[in-house]
Amino acid sequence: MPTNTPDQHPEPSAASGPFSRRRLFALGAGVAAAGALSAYARPRTTPPGTAAAAPSGDLPKLSQWYHAYGEEGTKDAVERYAKGYTKAAVEVTWSSDYDNALPPALLTDTGPDVFEWGNGPSIDMIRSGQVVDLTDLFTDELKADFNKAVLDRVTYDGKIWAVPQLVDMILLVYRKSMLDKAGVKPPTNLDEMVAAAKALTSGDVKGLFVGNDGGATEMGGPLLYSAGETFLTADGKLGFGDKSAEAFGKLHQMYADGSLLEGQDKDWWSEEAFTSGACAMQWTGLWTFPAISKALGDDWGVAAWPSAGDGGAPVTIFGAFSSCVSAKAKDVALAKDFVKYLWIDNTDAQVEFATAFGFHVPSRASLVPKAKTLQSGAGKEAADLLASSGKPQSAMLWSGKAGTAFNDMMTKIVKDGADPKAGLAELKPIVEAEASAAMTGATAGTTAATTAGTGG
Amino acid sequence: MSAVVAGPPAPHPTGRRMSVGRRLLGDQNRNLWFWTFVGPFMVGLVVFVIVPIFWSLYLSFHEAKGTVSPTKAVGFSNYTEMLRDPAFRDSLKTFVLFAAIIVPVTFALSLLLAVLVSRTRVMQTFFRSVFFLPTACSYVVASLIWRSSLFSGNPSSLANTVMRHFGENARAWIERPHPPWYWLVISSARLWLQLGFYMILFLAGLQRISPTLYEASAIDGCSAWQTFRHVTFPQLRPTNVAVLLLLLINAFQAFDEFLNILGKQNGYPPYARPPLVYLYYVALKEQNFGRGSAGAAILTVIIAVVALLMARFNRGDERR
Repeated sequence: MPTNTPDQHPEPSAASGPFSRRRLFALGAGVAAAGALSAYARPRTTPPGTAAAAPSGDLPKLSQWYHAYGEEGTKDAVERYAKGYTKAAVEVTWSSDYDNALPPALLTDTGPDVFEWGNGPSIDMIRSGQVVDLTDLFTDELKADFNKAVLDRVTYDGKIWAVPQLVDMILLVYRKSMLDKAGVKPPTNLDEMVAAAKALTSGDVKGLFVGNDGGATEMGGPLLYSAGETFLTADGKLGFGDKSAEAFGKLHQMYADGSLLEGQDKDWWSEEAFTSGACAMQWTGLWTFPAISKALGDDWGVAAWPSAGDGGAPVTIFGAFSSCVSAKAKDVALAKDFVKYLWIDNTDAQVEFATAFGFHVPSRASLVPKAKTLQSGAGKEAADLLASSGKPQSAMLWSGKAGTAFNDMMTKIVKDGADPKAGLAELKPIVEAEASAAMTGATAGTTAATTAGTGG
Repeated sequence: MSAVVAGPPAPHPTGRRMSVGRRLLGDQNRNLWFWTFVGPFMVGLVVFVIVPIFWSLYLSFHEAKGTVSPTKAVGFSNYTEMLRDPAFRDSLKTFVLFAAIIVPVTFALSLLLAVLVSRTRVMQTFFRSVFFLPTACSYVVASLIWRSSLFSGNPSSLANTVMRHFGENARAWIERPHPPWYWLVISSARLWLQLGFYMILFLAGLQRISPTLYEASAIDGCSAWQTFRHVTFPQLRPTNVAVLLLLLINAFQAFDEFLNILGKQNGYPPYARPPLVYLYYVALKEQNFGRGSAGAAILTVIIAVVALLMARFNRGDERR
């Protein structure tokens, strides 16, 4: 049940899942046709409480969407929680193609009333008015109880846009016996990491696995945090520069050394490469811990991604699936009430949801002591690392376009050995135009294109 | 409706004016039946093809971010933005490169297969079926097999097993851009899928060539190559043109195998990213329908121009 950059989660069925041209066209045509139809249906003015299109005597209907969680029992549990709500008949939709299915559905009236999204709604969803403000569900006491960094991540413009359901974290795991055999200690800085990955590589066994693409799309965030920098500054400027550029260069060095594992059937979010012995260290999620323990017993340890050097710090990444309410909900007030019932009031369900089926951290401080899995062993170490070094997966103002440009830059640095500083110079205008547009509510289009055009 | 039940149809109106209802229904109710059978498909065509095309054009002139019913018109700025976008221009280069690989290779190999199959005297139907069979396979299924079994980076994948026999370590066929082995993976998948189809087109063309021409060339003492060069190939010209055009348009539509072989959880690498894949990410992942639609319109114009040029080139050829 991982979360992932930027704002989404790496279930196997997501972007890399089967997808055909025919489906693309069908989806595009469906979206366009829906737009054509909905243009005549706007605006929706249904007052709260009246949307129960059901016959009198029946409960109003609510639709709630989840991505397909991998752990057994999760689906039954959320259906049970939904049945426990007495003011509406809640229909749960469980989608294995969530990343592709949800965004177009939000444009239509047939989408969900309540849905989850990694790290709350994206800036694009907020800007285009697809989600509603949930600030009034939070009391001051409640705000203090939620993990601050997580709540900050779902806050924009002083408003809270989602209720965090649980916290996932991503960190480094290593195989003790392989490190001992090579005489290597868990690395504490990036140079040691480069040397360790090289020393642990021999033939088809590689030192480190950070994703099939050499970490190009996964490690950008952790590396810039490990250099002591951040995605964006408070005033919407690019938050990283030369120090991060140097750290990005070191990832390329490991790639060029041949120390990185590539081309696995499953990506960094699966424990398979690590437990099969194909690599000695792997960047992966808390959700793999039960499977790793089962396969390796005590022969493994956890660590933060090491500091990149002066001014840097070790880093672990957190992401939080959070519950949002669609602006097109048939009854917004009722949908908000359901979110409050499940993700604020029903603490037993929250603890069970975070700990009974997989390995996650509850999103509220008062519930963490109730999570038995986090009281000892690797689970406790991880929870401590989250508290000391946890950073959000991405920034709220980091739009989809900024994410694509960043991934492109990272791929060129890692795989082509492109100059990181030149890459940053090209990235800066695109990211800043997007952030500035988000802050002023203007369109980023023309400025970004002009600057990108001259830069490229 | 009284006209419908008024009696047998009158094939020869005898000067009497037919009622409007009668005329709308047509001779032997042909109009009624025409619309009964064609109507539902027509409605589907209008709702799912015609309206979206015009809606997409409408979107391309608006700021449509996260919405498909935009209100703010922006003129041609989506178009200029797309044309200035280095990633979009790169995607067009990727298409040109892909077409330069796949069009001639498919053309030559499918023609070779067709000639060989047409010459064979034993089990011709068997070979024809075997080579045609992969056409029935889905692009997505084939892509997944190519990615996970044949060319996976695992030491146990087919390609790496073969490499081990030559003393090589396992390599990541798809992930490493230098050298660009991913072109081998993508091209071989598409070749396997489409060779049989074009072979059938060539076989049909070969059967239309008069045997007398071959008899004449045999009497003239032509070698096999001379016969092919001066009889078979020129006689296949209409098929050649059709196959080339189809191949080119198919190359433009490159999407399925690219996304399913190279696509990653967090996005798509900036190499080997054809136009449709890029537009998919712009429109459906970034939710920028305005830019996505503008890109689609630009692509449509390019395909139309190429098709027109080829048709013109073909006509000029015919005149000569």
